[in-house]
Amino acid sequence: MREALDQWDFVIAAYALGVGGTLAMAGWAWAAMVRAERRRDAAKRK
Amino acid sequence: MHGFANPKRFLSLATWLTPLLLVGGLLIAGGALAWGLLFVPPDRLMGETVRILFLHVPAAWLGMGGWTAIAISSLAFLVWRHPLAALAARAAAVPGAAFTAICLATGSIWGRPTWGTWWVWDGRLTSMLVLLFLFFAYIALAQAAEREGVSERIPAIFGLLGAVNIPIINRSVVWWNSLHQPPSLTMGKSAIDAAFLVPLLFAVLGFSLLFGGVVLARMRALLADRQAEARLRRKAMEAPAFGQVRGVS
Repeated sequence: MREALDQWDFVIAAYALGVGGTLAMAGWAWAAMVRAERRRDAAKRK
Repeated sequence: MHGFANPKRFLSLATWLTPLLLVGGLLIAGGALAWGLLFVPPDRLMGETVRILFLHVPAAWLGMGGWTAIAISSLAFLVWRHPLAALAARAAAVPGAAFTAICLATGSIWGRPTWGTWWVWDGRLTSMLVLLFLFFAYIALAQAAEREGVSERIPAIFGLLGAVNIPIINRSVVWWNSLHQPPSLTMGKSAIDAAFLVPLLFAVLGFSLLFGGVVLARMRALLADRQAEARLRRKAMEAPAFGQVRGVS
């Protein structure tokens, strides 16, 4: 018996993974940059 | 290029360019993905799964592009000693690894309904997996070099040597039998119908801008970390020793 594959399940899984991963990476890079620049500015003021 | 090796000049440019690339990239890539998901017709052979193309191909190009950026920056660091070149190489590593992982994951998901399997150990898939491991090794090596105060030349040499894998990935579908299709886009030639090609090119443009924005954000973060460390170290050196303040001999 052949298993029935719904092609949309694969499309949705790929998009969820790809878009989620990309957004997570961009958000992490931005947050790390803001945090590091705040730390540098605080060190300048000390 | 040499002019932007100056951290001050780099920061004056990167301050406005980083959000511009990130927001522009997100908008263009998001639009291209929506286009591919909602408005592109299903393919004659692959059916609806052809829509994975708009994520998989940009991710594959940027995975390879990430290592190419590491190799070029490493060469610039080794030859000209640009202070920002080693930083640029380090900054390209995480987004390069992320896009390589996305390429492998979306490719595997695409493989199941089209090839009937999640994975095959053929030239293209294996060399792409090797690229992911090279990224992990480079990230670990660069972090260790920073932590231990070892010369940045070691990760730079590794970055150059690892570039050997890029032409192998590119030619793997020509050199070896593979379930993976041969190159669809070559210089000036395309085997892809315009209905798929146009949104694909927009997706590549959007993800490339996003990649550039992430690399700039990483460079700014790494530079700010170094500047904060250097300032704190200088303050600690300038501060009088405990015994001198209290007059203890």
